[in-house]
Amino acid sequence: MTTSHPAGNTGIADVPPPWPVPSTASPAALRSLAGVEWDVVVIGSGNAALVAALTACQTVERVLVLERAPQHMRGGNTRHTRNIRCAHDTGDVFTPGTYSVDELFSDLQGVGRGPVNPALALFAVGESQTIPGWMADHGVRWQQPLAGTLNLNRTNRFFLGGGTALVNHYARTAELAGIRIAYEAAASDFRLSGDRRVTRVVLESADGPVDIPTRAVVVASGGFEANNGWLKRYWGDAADNYLVRGTPYNDGSMLARLLDLGAGVAGDPRGFHAIAVDARAPRFDGGIATRLDSVPYSIVVNRDGLRFSDEGRDIWPKRYASWGGLIAEQDGQIAYSVYDAQAAPLFMPSMYPAYTGASVAEVARLAGLDPDRVVRTVAEFNAHIDPTGRFDPGRLDGCGTRGLDPPKSNWALPIQGPPFHILPLRTGITFTFMGLAVNELAQVLDTDGRPFTNVYAAGEVMSGNILSSGYLAGFGLTIGSVFGRIAGREAAQHSAH
Amino acid sequence: MLTELLEEANRQLTICNACRYCEGYCAVFPALEIRRELGRGDMVYLANLCHDCRACYYACMYKPPHEFAINIPEVLSAVREQTYSRYGWPQFMTRLLGSGALRTVVTSLVAALLIAAGIALFAPNHRIFGVVTGPESFYQLVPFLVLVSVFSGLGVYVLAVIVASGLKFWRDTQGRLRDMLSLRALRAAGADTLQLRYLRGGGEGCYYPEDVPSMARRTMHSLVFYGFLLDFAATVSAAVLQDFLGVLPPYPLLSVPVMLGVTGGVMMVVGTTALVRLKQTSDARPSSPSMVVKDYGFLAALNLVATTGLLLLALRDSPLLGAALAVHLGSLVILFLTMPYGKFVHFAYRYLALVQSSVESRRTEQWGD
Repeated sequence: MTTSHPAGNTGIADVPPPWPVPSTASPAALRSLAGVEWDVVVIGSGNAALVAALTACQTVERVLVLERAPQHMRGGNTRHTRNIRCAHDTGDVFTPGTYSVDELFSDLQGVGRGPVNPALALFAVGESQTIPGWMADHGVRWQQPLAGTLNLNRTNRFFLGGGTALVNHYARTAELAGIRIAYEAAASDFRLSGDRRVTRVVLESADGPVDIPTRAVVVASGGFEANNGWLKRYWGDAADNYLVRGTPYNDGSMLARLLDLGAGVAGDPRGFHAIAVDARAPRFDGGIATRLDSVPYSIVVNRDGLRFSDEGRDIWPKRYASWGGLIAEQDGQIAYSVYDAQAAPLFMPSMYPAYTGASVAEVARLAGLDPDRVVRTVAEFNAHIDPTGRFDPGRLDGCGTRGLDPPKSNWALPIQGPPFHILPLRTGITFTFMGLAVNELAQVLDTDGRPFTNVYAAGEVMSGNILSSGYLAGFGLTIGSVFGRIAGREAAQHSAH
Repeated sequence: MLTELLEEANRQLTICNACRYCEGYCAVFPALEIRRELGRGDMVYLANLCHDCRACYYACMYKPPHEFAINIPEVLSAVREQTYSRYGWPQFMTRLLGSGALRTVVTSLVAALLIAAGIALFAPNHRIFGVVTGPESFYQLVPFLVLVSVFSGLGVYVLAVIVASGLKFWRDTQGRLRDMLSLRALRAAGADTLQLRYLRGGGEGCYYPEDVPSMARRTMHSLVFYGFLLDFAATVSAAVLQDFLGVLPPYPLLSVPVMLGVTGGVMMVVGTTALVRLKQTSDARPSSPSMVVKDYGFLAALNLVATTGLLLLALRDSPLLGAALAVHLGSLVILFLTMPYGKFVHFAYRYLALVQSSVESRRTEQWGD
């Protein structure tokens, strides 16, 4: 194939990632991968990638996982995950009760504009029932119910220790099964034969390109959220103010390369899963610890000190991701959660200390806001709280405002008892949705809907086939696991024949 | 306690409290979750509740080189190590005897030489080397009264210091005296201790030597723990034989004291040797260097006592009896003296932390949280 900069035949990725992507492993280490023809090469080492590799190695022997990050950063965004959403007819100690296929599908339909490809979404929901058993068979352990703060719920299974432990379990199982995992080895390009079959994956070493021969490829390299230039194409300069919650390595280079080679696009370019995170979080990789849960127990103002949305809406599970988008629409892409001493113990403690003051004016000044404006907003809010409401943090209490625009429909506590606090919020992107179009065999499709012969995709890089806008907590891992397993199986069967 | 160390522990635990992914691993994280502000006492409590299984270190996406630099096993073992110095009494003994394998061995040998000199000067027939047989052979070398008064004196001293340290610890970790006497909590903590519950890590064992969990550390620690208890039982049974039944030592191989003693001794030798090996090969990143020094010191002291005890049994009919007895008694004296200041006290603080954890989790359940 070409070694010049890809011109791009779709125009989608015309603000492309740096290309070719250099591999930081030593040239000798990279060349050592080129000695054999692999049965399956998997690009990425997150959940979808490792599930694909583990599945493939049940059928074929030579499976190679290429991870561009150093070992301590392996696992893509899976490093930061915690639970997975799967349907089940009978509950168990980890997910009590029933969560039927119909109910999960209907939850998915309630998110954003609903699934992009309903048939594929329904297929994934059906397959999700078999995922927990598969995970346990491959070394994953579940978290026991605790008396403490985490209430295990009916819909999501929590794996012990979170996503980094999950990646550790899978990687260990993979290495015991003879799968080779190469770190700091970034796939940069593909060489194709005439029948749109990938014959080689190209790595760019310090000594020039290294060709890795393979019979099939699984692309599980994540979204493009860490590529600011690409985000700006759809979001303009606002993207400069977005924080990326996960890996800094998801620049979409594999996605861009395959689009340039004629792969079809699935999903909305502006589709992403984003939540409210602490504005002081690092640009990348802040993960769960930077998430802020104060919104329902506070009022949220923009940088002009004005409220802009209903903080008391029911956000779980369907509008869980709404505040990331709402903040993205504000000037400067920043907002401020204002609350008092009474509300402070109601939500998870924050990693960074809140601005704290003896009066609303003082804390507003500390946060860099116009004190008079914030004092007026708070007073106006307090004056409109329905006095008959009974506050109950454990449910949708209907304790709201009357005659206030925008309203706060639940959990409207007056902000009156010092000390007063402010937490600054920004949009934290978890992952982008737009990706490669696939079919039920996880085959990557071209712009005419015909599959590439031996190229499969799983995980965030194809989540745009299902997710349109908004997010259903834990479903990203469901997509990755379902399609990772199919991609691994199909790639291995293709190689074996 | 070092302010910087406490600030660093506070920084890390604040991030943990905003994350909570590790709450299924052990009692530390649920205990953290019911606290919003962490004072010195909280930190000391959490540090001693930690059993250093390292599951949280390998599961952490924020471990170094991540800029959040979370390393809970390291920072908590550093705090724990400070606990042993802070609550030990008198302070100069802590500095003198608190640490180090080499120091343990050297002081044991010095004590052994002093005892040998004592035997040479005061034993009835002035023999360090030479065959001594028949009933009361040990007592011909070291008079019974001397032996009993020295070791019961040491025993009372050790017990007194450990009880005093434990009470100071309990007061500092905001425990109420009433809670410490809760029979239910004492029993629950006792069960956790006897089962070495938290050395199961997240269920698959501790993460030693590296990020692959196994039950090796729990098995080895059980050998040392129960070997120590067996040797203690051997001593008690010997006292019963002598004082109540009038049977004087040395006891035959097939007697209760010797069989208990040999079994316990072998378990301790195997356990301490394997633990040292495990530590030597294990990942140094989640450990605190000063605690490692204490670990080796304590393991060396236990190993020395057990090895010389077995040696004494093997040599009791040979001319080396006197020398072997001197060395064994020397190592015992040093083990006793270091007990309240070195790693040995970990059992006391851990047990108390487990008692408080049991009290707290019961309180949380009652809240219906």
